[in-house]
Amino acid sequence: MEHIRTPKVEQVKLLDRFSNKSVIGTLHLTATHLIFVESNSTSAQEIWILHHHIASVEKLSLTTSGCPLLIQCRNFRLVHFVIPRERDCHDIYSSLLRLLRPVSYDELYAFSYNPKQNDQQREEGWQLIDLAAEFERMGVPCDQWQLTDVNREYKVCETYPRDLYVPITASKPIIVGSSKFRSKGRFPVLTYFYQEKKAAVCRCSQPLSGFSARCLEDEHMLQAISKSNHNSRYIYVMDTRPKLNALANRAAGKGYENEDNYSNIRFQFVGIENIHVMRGSLQKLLEVVGTRSLSMTDYLVGLENSGWLRHIKAIMDAAIFLAKAVTVEGASVLVHCSDGWDRTAQVCALGSLLMDPYYRTIKGFMVLIEKDWISFGHKFADRCDQLDPDPKEVSPIFTQFLECVWQLTEQFPQAFEFSEWFLIQIHEHVHSCQFGNFLGNSQRQREVLQLKERTYSLWAHLLSEKQNYLNPVYSPSFAESHPVLEPSTQACHFKFWRNMYHQYDRSMHPRQSILKQVLTFKESNRELEGTVQALKTKLQKFGVSTSPLKPQTPPRDRSLPLRPQSLILGAPLLSRKEVQQEEDEEVFGEEAREDAPASTDGERTVEGSSATENGYGELTGSFGSKNEPAVVTLEFGVARMTC
Amino acid sequence: MELSEHIKTANVEDVTLRRPFHPALRGTLCVTSHHLLFSDRKDEASWQLLILLKNIDAIEKSVENLFGYPRAMGSSGTITIKCKDLLVLQLEIPGMEECLNIASSIEALSSLESVTEMYPFFYRPSHLTLNGPWGLSSTEQYYKQTERLWDRWRVSTVNSDYSVCPSYPSAVIVPREVDDDKLIRSARFRQGGRFPVLSYCHHRNGMVIMRSSQPLTGANKKRCKEDELLLQAVIDGSELGYIIDLRSAQQAQQARMTGGGFESKSFYSHWKRIHRHHERGKIVQESLIKLVEACSDPSHSVDRWLSKLENSKWLSHVHSALSTAGLVVECVERDGHSVLVHGSEGTDNTLLVSSLAQLILDPASRTVTGFLCLLEREWIQAGHPFQQRCAHSAYSHARLKQECPIFLLLLDCVWQVWRQFPLALEFSEALLLRLAQEVYASNYGTFLCNSEQERCAAGVKENTHCLFQSLLRPDIEEQYLNPLYEPTDLAIWPSVHPQSLQLWTGLFLRWTEYAQNMEEAREEVWSIVKEHHEQAGPDRTNNTLSTHCDTLTPFENLMDELTIL
Repeated sequence: MEHIRTPKVEQVKLLDRFSNKSVIGTLHLTATHLIFVESNSTSAQEIWILHHHIASVEKLSLTTSGCPLLIQCRNFRLVHFVIPRERDCHDIYSSLLRLLRPVSYDELYAFSYNPKQNDQQREEGWQLIDLAAEFERMGVPCDQWQLTDVNREYKVCETYPRDLYVPITASKPIIVGSSKFRSKGRFPVLTYFYQEKKAAVCRCSQPLSGFSARCLEDEHMLQAISKSNHNSRYIYVMDTRPKLNALANRAAGKGYENEDNYSNIRFQFVGIENIHVMRGSLQKLLEVVGTRSLSMTDYLVGLENSGWLRHIKAIMDAAIFLAKAVTVEGASVLVHCSDGWDRTAQVCALGSLLMDPYYRTIKGFMVLIEKDWISFGHKFADRCDQLDPDPKEVSPIFTQFLECVWQLTEQFPQAFEFSEWFLIQIHEHVHSCQFGNFLGNSQRQREVLQLKERTYSLWAHLLSEKQNYLNPVYSPSFAESHPVLEPSTQACHFKFWRNMYHQYDRSMHPRQSILKQVLTFKESNRELEGTVQALKTKLQKFGVSTSPLKPQTPPRDRSLPLRPQSLILGAPLLSRKEVQQEEDEEVFGEEAREDAPASTDGERTVEGSSATENGYGELTGSFGSKNEPAVVTLEFGVARMTC
Repeated sequence: MELSEHIKTANVEDVTLRRPFHPALRGTLCVTSHHLLFSDRKDEASWQLLILLKNIDAIEKSVENLFGYPRAMGSSGTITIKCKDLLVLQLEIPGMEECLNIASSIEALSSLESVTEMYPFFYRPSHLTLNGPWGLSSTEQYYKQTERLWDRWRVSTVNSDYSVCPSYPSAVIVPREVDDDKLIRSARFRQGGRFPVLSYCHHRNGMVIMRSSQPLTGANKKRCKEDELLLQAVIDGSELGYIIDLRSAQQAQQARMTGGGFESKSFYSHWKRIHRHHERGKIVQESLIKLVEACSDPSHSVDRWLSKLENSKWLSHVHSALSTAGLVVECVERDGHSVLVHGSEGTDNTLLVSSLAQLILDPASRTVTGFLCLLEREWIQAGHPFQQRCAHSAYSHARLKQECPIFLLLLDCVWQVWRQFPLALEFSEALLLRLAQEVYASNYGTFLCNSEQERCAAGVKENTHCLFQSLLRPDIEEQYLNPLYEPTDLAIWPSVHPQSLQLWTGLFLRWTEYAQNMEEAREEVWSIVKEHHEQAGPDRTNNTLSTHCDTLTPFENLMDELTIL
């Protein structure tokens, strides 16, 4: 709190990013949030921004109406305040600068966040995901694969988890030898086992081969992986980097496997660019889509020039290659990049998702993230800029993975148990530092931080509101008929993910949502079914048979189930109680509007769709003074963090 | 020449049919005067494919062993058939001669010019009769239904013999105080005689959307008193009206050199002119060709796809159509002023913008019946030259004449609106897709000819069936309903940010596996909604679903039993 000099500023103007609209309100600064409350009593929208979400704060040059403050968030929200007095602006600015640069882990929100659960509930939350059980589900350990305790003390590789699965024939000396020949000691280990063909997906980092170095243990290690699979004589080694990058690494004593030294490997470059290219690409993308009155031509050209979708497709292509090699050829695959924690995580996780329907369920997807991202040491702290910022380490690697999954949900609407809101919510919390799961760079570091004792698990939180993230058209029978997804790689199937990158730009979104409507229907179906069951039991208690009666009265009119309001339609449903509240407010808002004199202009539009926001052109000037209708909104995600 | 004389080989056995994402089939191919029929040879559950020859846009043949070898050597030919609904088929035909014969028959029969030889004149299904009224409504009916018009507007039959404006219907709605003589003079001052007529009257404030063609002011700034009076009568008491000119200011200036022009501020002082540039004619047609080409590009490079998509400009056309329609709605709904829309001829973009604006404004035009009525009024009766515009689609090698997929552009825009307001339209994407197909090749007479006058002369109404009527038959209509429809009275303003507009995959990627996944998902939505309706009982009174709910739902059954207790 000592960093906050001005906790409250009145008469702050919030400018809309894509139109000339603005609203006046009060800005509050708390230890964890920046809060903007609109003064207009009928609509009174609130914006809650978690400090951890803020990527940058910029003070622009003074204007006649005040001092502009531009805040960019990691969840792609961009807010533009104008603060009347320069001094207030400066206070807020410097407080924020300090607040959004935590110097130690203890300052992160996760360590102060308390959802009013007791220790037991918290522990249960952390026990939800059990990776040993997950490997068991895959059929490991088995006659060819075993658990090794070589990394129990993090002595062989400190960025790997304690429990690792290796071929039975790989002895300790081989493992240790191999790890010395691999960058950061990340030797080949099992990450997914395709039981049907006994084919394994393994991951590691690049070999320290330089121009000619060899390592017999490493060669043995690959041999052992190959031998464990009787279905195929060879294994694939996928280097997910572009060939040029791999070549350049040789000069630094690293590099890639020489096919002459390893028996029966098929070596393959995939060509996914490195973290720096990805960071630049996202930056370009955001610049383009953040442009005001963007023309269709500039949009498409900008989308192309950013290269973003090209990168997404490269990751997808690699995952498809992996899935095909395993499921069709029955060959084992070893995947690596440079350090084996970025591109390797993307490709292994996405490939497993294509091969195994379990990972397409809500619980399974959590397991997948826990396994391939968290436990194998994707550097969340560095990539997501949690602490001690090094701009060169930040990169949207995990975001890309989520986007790839989204692209798949678009191609296969029935294959996933979750909807895109699940992905977006995960993205939200990867950056929020509200839960312990994504803090730090490796399992070891997480243990040192005692996260399981001091913070809460995101997975328990997400599961508790599971119904919000369900995909209403999910069909488990689709999974049976399509155990392996074969997505089209035609370029036209790769689309811009508007709900992710414009999540907070209200004017961008459809005003009505099929997803939400169908979810509501489905939920009410379930409830009615429950009621029917309850009534049946009641009847049975009275000893009445439940044979259908002859129709006697005409069917009654029933109003539609309540539809919750939110910023983006299709965003998760709120809990029943909240909905009721929202709905009441909404009705109140309606009435207020109807009764209001002509000042609100009697203009009524569907779900807040309006002309001024859409900017059809020349006429907007003449309407500038007219008020927009009140719309009750609830900021998705952020608002809930206060509980 | 009889149609059958074009057919040199009517039947070929052992033909192999290849379709995208389906296994190849062997069977018999048969050419008739209007159809191509393929039937596989299985006895039970035989599968047939029937294609209207008019649906065929282009045909490419490649014959192996064209020269030299006798037929016995097993020469064969492949015909690639590219349809106007974007389906591409391949037929492998044994025998070079048969292959060439079939190809030439298809070529000749798919490009018939004479309207009365077309299939709608021969289509006689048993469940339809030719007697009875044709079409859904008329200008007179629209006038009768729209009470707001009765005071200040009238139906004029000045064009009853199509002499004043050959492309207008016989009856039009004009201001009451303007007599027919003035209309005739105004018509002389407008290109093609398309004087300003009423297109829509807003139910909330009585403001109107008018449409016309450009005024013929010419290089020396001619004026026409009657035309000015006509427009003055439109805005009557109110102080201002907007003219949305669908050309850039520069284009409008240039049009004066060729006898056209625009309404100058000095003579139409109460009208404010706004220019919005819209591409037309050949450019839009080429845009469609490029887009379809891009969609079937076998290369899998994202960069290439995006640059081709951009280069086609199709989405830019969608963008400008929706934004101009939004502008018109803004004038009418928010600003409370009347609008006159025109471009040059007033038969293409003008209709596109005026009908889109109505869809956004008017809840009545968002029902199945309302939408079809809108199309009938604003496109068929208003004289969109369908025959010229839809002679060829994206694959044709023929030299472009008057082709232009403006109607397809309309359907795309409607689809975009539906994407953003998936509950607001009573009809589903399926209806749009059906229309996109019917407009190019149809069993029905609805889209034949270029105007009411031509339709009269050809006897379309007497000798063909009406598509719209048949779509509205309850059993048919059901497949085109939007299960989630929830009528709203409000205007539905679409967002026109480029990020909010999308490629219409349902149409342009229609024949891919992807479409099948989407179809299955849609069916799932249907079943959830149906289940909902069965359980929760009817919650709509205007829907066909509710009429079937005579029996009580299980829920209510139980409730009643409990009350008895």
